Amino acid sequence: MMATATDNTLLDVRDLRTYFHTFSGTVKAVNGVSFQIGKGEVMGLVGESGGGKSVVGFSILGLIDSPGQIMGGEILLNGEDLAQAGEERLRQIRGREISMVFQDPMTSLNPLHTVGQQMDEVLRLHTDLDADARHRACVEMLESVGISRAAERLSAYPHQFSGGMRQRVVIAIAMLARPRLIIADEPTTALDVTIQSQILKLMRRQIAEKGASMILITHDLAVVSEMADHITVLYCGKVVERGRTRDLIEAPAHPYTRGLIDSIPDPANPHARLKQIPGTVPDIRNLPKGCNFRDRCPRAQARCAEEEPELHPQNAAQWAACHYPLQPGDSA
Amino acid sequence: MTGFFQSEFFHNYSRSASAIIGSALMLTFAVAVIAGPFLVAQNPYDIAALNLMDSYKPPVWLDGGDPQFPLGTDGQGRDVWASILYGARISVFIGLVAMIASCTIGTLLGLIAGFYGGIVDSVIMRIADIQLSFPSILIALFLMSAVGTGVDKVLIALTAVGWVVYARTVRGSTLSEIKKEYVQAAKVAGLPNTAIIRKHVLPNVLTPLIVIATIQVGTFVLIEASLSFLGVGVPITQPSLGLLIKNGFDVLFSGLWWTSVFPGVAIMMLVFGINLFGDFLRDELNPRLK
Amino acid sequence: MTDATPMLEVRDLEMHFPIGGGVLDRLKLDSRGLRIERPVVHAVNGVSFRIQRGEIMALVGESGCGKSTVAKTIARIYQPTKGEIRVDGEDVASYGFAEMLPVRSKMQMIFQDPYASLNPRQRVRDIVAEPLLQQMKTAQDRKSVPAKTQQLLAKVGLNAEHAGRYPHQFSGGQRQRIGIARALSVMPGLIIADEPVSALDVSIQAQILNLMMDLRDEFGLSYLFISHDLSVVQHIADTVGVMYLGFMVETAPRDVLFATPRHPYTRALLSAAPSIKPKRDIEEITLSGEVPSALDLPSGCCFRTRCPFAWERCALERPTLKDVGGGQSVACHLVDEPDRDRR
Repeated sequence: MMATATDNTLLDVRDLRTYFHTFSGTVKAVNGVSFQIGKGEVMGLVGESGGGKSVVGFSILGLIDSPGQIMGGEILLNGEDLAQAGEERLRQIRGREISMVFQDPMTSLNPLHTVGQQMDEVLRLHTDLDADARHRACVEMLESVGISRAAERLSAYPHQFSGGMRQRVVIAIAMLARPRLIIADEPTTALDVTIQSQILKLMRRQIAEKGASMILITHDLAVVSEMADHITVLYCGKVVERGRTRDLIEAPAHPYTRGLIDSIPDPANPHARLKQIPGTVPDIRNLPKGCNFRDRCPRAQARCAEEEPELHPQNAAQWAACHYPLQPGDSA
Repeated sequence: MTGFFQSEFFHNYSRSASAIIGSALMLTFAVAVIAGPFLVAQNPYDIAALNLMDSYKPPVWLDGGDPQFPLGTDGQGRDVWASILYGARISVFIGLVAMIASCTIGTLLGLIAGFYGGIVDSVIMRIADIQLSFPSILIALFLMSAVGTGVDKVLIALTAVGWVVYARTVRGSTLSEIKKEYVQAAKVAGLPNTAIIRKHVLPNVLTPLIVIATIQVGTFVLIEASLSFLGVGVPITQPSLGLLIKNGFDVLFSGLWWTSVFPGVAIMMLVFGINLFGDFLRDELNPRLK
Repeated sequence: MTDATPMLEVRDLEMHFPIGGGVLDRLKLDSRGLRIERPVVHAVNGVSFRIQRGEIMALVGESGCGKSTVAKTIARIYQPTKGEIRVDGEDVASYGFAEMLPVRSKMQMIFQDPYASLNPRQRVRDIVAEPLLQQMKTAQDRKSVPAKTQQLLAKVGLNAEHAGRYPHQFSGGQRQRIGIARALSVMPGLIIADEPVSALDVSIQAQILNLMMDLRDEFGLSYLFISHDLSVVQHIADTVGVMYLGFMVETAPRDVLFATPRHPYTRALLSAAPSIKPKRDIEEITLSGEVPSALDLPSGCCFRTRCPFAWERCALERPTLKDVGGGQSVACHLVDEPDRDRR
């Protein structure tokens, strides 16, 4: 069984299922995903494209539009089930309790409103501050994300900022109403490496200062290894492994996690042939019987084609869904 | 072929009332246009077949109606139903031919403007802007005063204005396609520009044109009807539906309504059908983000 | 040409793009009167390097540094504003269409976006055969193309039944394989790869990188490999060039660059790259500010606005690439005044 929620748990997702009913079949984008995030923790949600990680983020915030639908499971925020909450309640939560940072700063800001207007809107919706207090809060927040001459910049439009600056603004907006949880969906993928490093440092500092938690959704294992306290790995809509960051990276139990780590070029072994995961991700409308990963897994055996593996604890703090998980010291 | 009937397009089509009604109307017109003249006994434009004694007979369900002429007759004894069938031919012919001419010219100019850019682009687009400020009625008037009426003059007037929408649309699509890497790859492969435009750009800019072309046929039928109504359209010898309306217009207010109204209803059905189906096509062909 | 002739030699390459709309859009009226402006993007500002046969040279840098423009200019998608591009000894910088055609059999390109680099309306076999067909003069030659296409598809890990399909039926990784087969069709000596794995998932990246290395081993290909991902570059490159704002700021053999980077920008880049292994002793250099606009380059050294070491000389004098030994060249005044290398 998975870990039970403690008093320190902020978000408890249980067996979440989000399906998309398209003409060519039902896409089970999220197919029984469970995890917990404690207060002040950063969880990395890792997987490749189509793995369902963005859909998890949108599901938590109730941003799934038809033909998608949350089919089952619970999303418990401090005991309250968001999956059952009405639109009115969700609107109170969005921006206030939970906010989201999207990948593309170009499109997540409204090009027709100034930055100040967009920040002000969040405060008006979620706080009782008067106009002066709101203005001061905005200036303070912009300064704390590293934008100089903040008071002036409030009247600028998004297109007058560069990509890195825009993402700082997006983060500022996300943090304004002091949310308890921030969902960051590939927040630095579109940014240059030097800017990415600045933004990641900024996010780490903001979270630490405000005591917020974060779900960092990304395909970049390197980024997540530097930012997250614990990691959840998704494959074809299911959790295949969960655990503390260092444990998972140094001794992954699931062959997929191992394959992902091995795919990253190792500076210590530069000219060695990269270990690749053979084959391609299966068609999510037509998943194979048994374990989703079995066609590409070097350890697969007869049982894998018959029975879908459940998450089992490997040690005190690591779970993997595999019939033949790797032991520490195995070389796949 | 069976693949088509399982496709998403057909699935949505069979669930869309407007698509079915629209295409049914269009199909009716297609049949009327092709087979029409064989369905009626009288050729209304053969003077010998006319009998002045038959003039202004009302539709068959009214007093004085004659089952030989179900929708009545006009001042010369012409069967209104037969006139509509012959007239529909001309209206649809003009609509289709003008559309094909506009589409060809407009697409070509749009491709050239978008691909080569610079001064060529500026010149073509300025001409397009100028062209749009002249309503086709004005162009038709100029032509008529210079060289007289005729189906070909109508076609010229319609095409002169109709090409612009294709040129603009294709230019926009071309501008965005040539930035894509497959066009650069074709250049690196050593293809000359004309081949790149023909093999790579053109097939990828055609989709939006399908909707534009479909709806334009209806638009042209209407414009032609207006032109003919004003007397600057088709000649008397080849009356389109619009001219039929005009001819009946003079006696409309004396209570002899059927000679005007029925051709009007016919135009309305055709354009309505085209628009319904065109709306469906526009939604269907809109690239959906997966 | 002998074997000693570099496969590619680029000298003082410059590429400037005038921007702005037509004449009417560029009219400006202000205190200086009425005039027509012509702003210019200085995308590439004097880049030189050499690639030997069988060598893989990587160009790294962040967005806006000009590396993609260098790649496309060398591939003659653009005509360079200045400079020489010697492919197998022959300067093609000002070649027209007809002269370029035989050169196209020596030099091909792989693109970044697997979704935009294949014509969605063309079948895979036609996509792959296109560069080859352009080189065929007679109908007799053309008959051999379908068989060749099958071979190429097999070489990149696809099979016969894929030939008749359309791009949208393939995944990102498979599309990149199709692009590689297309580039390979004319058996070029040089393949320019513009961020070929950046848009792919990590596990697919590994497959494609392995494929590219295998093809290099089998056919003796040279690659000009453009990338922003340092871990990929460290894996695949023999030589690395670092670009910033259209200038080449440092070049070195791969191991030398990663062990002893000299230019402050290179050092900042290496320290910023996230790594899955805990970082040992990489010095932390954080850059302040943002990249200046390529419309208005800073005077002197283009990096001085963000450089933690910059001093007066950097604003006055533009540094040139100087050889510092071990095959490494750096364009930085710190080479002359190393005692300024402290903060």
